[in-house]
Amino acid sequence: MRLRAWDLTIERGGRRVIAGLSFDAPEGAALIVTGPNGAGKTSLLRALAGFLPIEAGGFALDGGDNERTVGEQAHYLGHADGVKSALTAGENLAFAAAMLGGDPSRAAQLAALTALGLGHVVDFPARLLSAGQRRRAALARLLMAKRPLWLLDEPTTALDVAAQSALSAIMRSHLQDGGILVAASHGALELDGARELRLGAVEGAA
Amino acid sequence: MLSLLPLGEGGAKRRMRVMTPVLALFAREWRIAGRIGGGASVGIVFFLILVVVMPFALGPDLNLLARLGPAILWIAALLATLLGLDRLFQADHDDGSLDLVINGSPQLEIAVLVKCAAHWTASALPLVVLSPLFGLMLAMAPAPLALTAATLAAGTPALTMIGAIGAALTVSLRRGGLLMAVLVLPLTIPVLIFGVAAAESASGGAAPFLSPFLALCALSLAAIALAPFAAAAALRHARE
Repeated sequence: MRLRAWDLTIERGGRRVIAGLSFDAPEGAALIVTGPNGAGKTSLLRALAGFLPIEAGGFALDGGDNERTVGEQAHYLGHADGVKSALTAGENLAFAAAMLGGDPSRAAQLAALTALGLGHVVDFPARLLSAGQRRRAALARLLMAKRPLWLLDEPTTALDVAAQSALSAIMRSHLQDGGILVAASHGALELDGARELRLGAVEGAA
Repeated sequence: MLSLLPLGEGGAKRRMRVMTPVLALFAREWRIAGRIGGGASVGIVFFLILVVVMPFALGPDLNLLARLGPAILWIAALLATLLGLDRLFQADHDDGSLDLVINGSPQLEIAVLVKCAAHWTASALPLVVLSPLFGLMLAMAPAPLALTAATLAAGTPALTMIGAIGAALTVSLRRGGLLMAVLVLPLTIPVLIFGVAAAESASGGAAPFLSPFLALCALSLAAIALAPFAAAAALRHARE
């Protein structure tokens, strides 16, 4: 299985943010997308997840399910957590598992939250969690269902050092199982052998 | 798209796999509506305000009030539905959980249908159940109130589904409620016309009851069948 992209051109808000981008990520590969603010990291990830249409070029998950889009076979975690304030952390994960075809049971919720050090907040309403705890609760849904591709947009935002280590451990385990990771980050994410995909800001309209 | 409705022998397993996320989505919508209110209670309160204020505005003429009663109930139901639908998709869009629903397990069309069903049972169904009480407040005769409630029950699904299209189109706009109402209002006028016609004939008008009532049912069924595709297409093309 590999994630291939060729000649990707993406526009957002009428502005061309990415032009002619190509990359290739095989199994077990981590691609760290870096670049200045406004370079198009979020746009690239949202385009791969299928939320943003591409103007030219294409991308495909070779060896994946031909009946489904790339986004339907991936975990996507954006800037907005996807965590509902009115529900508890556990209920949020149960819903995510149901949507993603994973195991929504309480045991699975506890296991996922414990992996991120949040086992004790499983019954807390999400609005009572701190920003870092919300982010970790959102990251816990990566463990609720198995997906071959992870698209993460600045996953370490608001995370303390311990949480960042826990996240890196989870990502390493995903890569060792043959998963593919594309993450936008300003930091290195503690992943050995990760390749960097550097985006530069494209000034003006092309 | 063929997996939208898994039928037949081999579809049994796929049906099970579709039902769990459908029930999970329905349960989630109810849970959120129960905890923070939001669209559902806004609609009911608005309905109550309109119906309570009308008699004061129209004066003590009970005959006038009773004659206008069906129309007032229907206008209140229409506005209450439109008011509550504004947040149908916007809340999910703002906190990022719409991404999960778009790329998630049931097809987006089914997810839209489930969200609308949850919204209807949480906000329009109480209106239907309370409409006889409000009808009494508007000096309507008690006998035809059940039929008036039936017209609301038949017509509010159409209002909800048509409103969902508007909600999906304006999902990425801040305060898109006004634009949504403008987009959706022309499409809801036929529902309003048939609904009021049926309710008025139930209250002793000369026109037959069954033909506008059946037309109302047809509009609802058509909206339930077609609106999910339009709303899902609008959500997919939000370009964000």
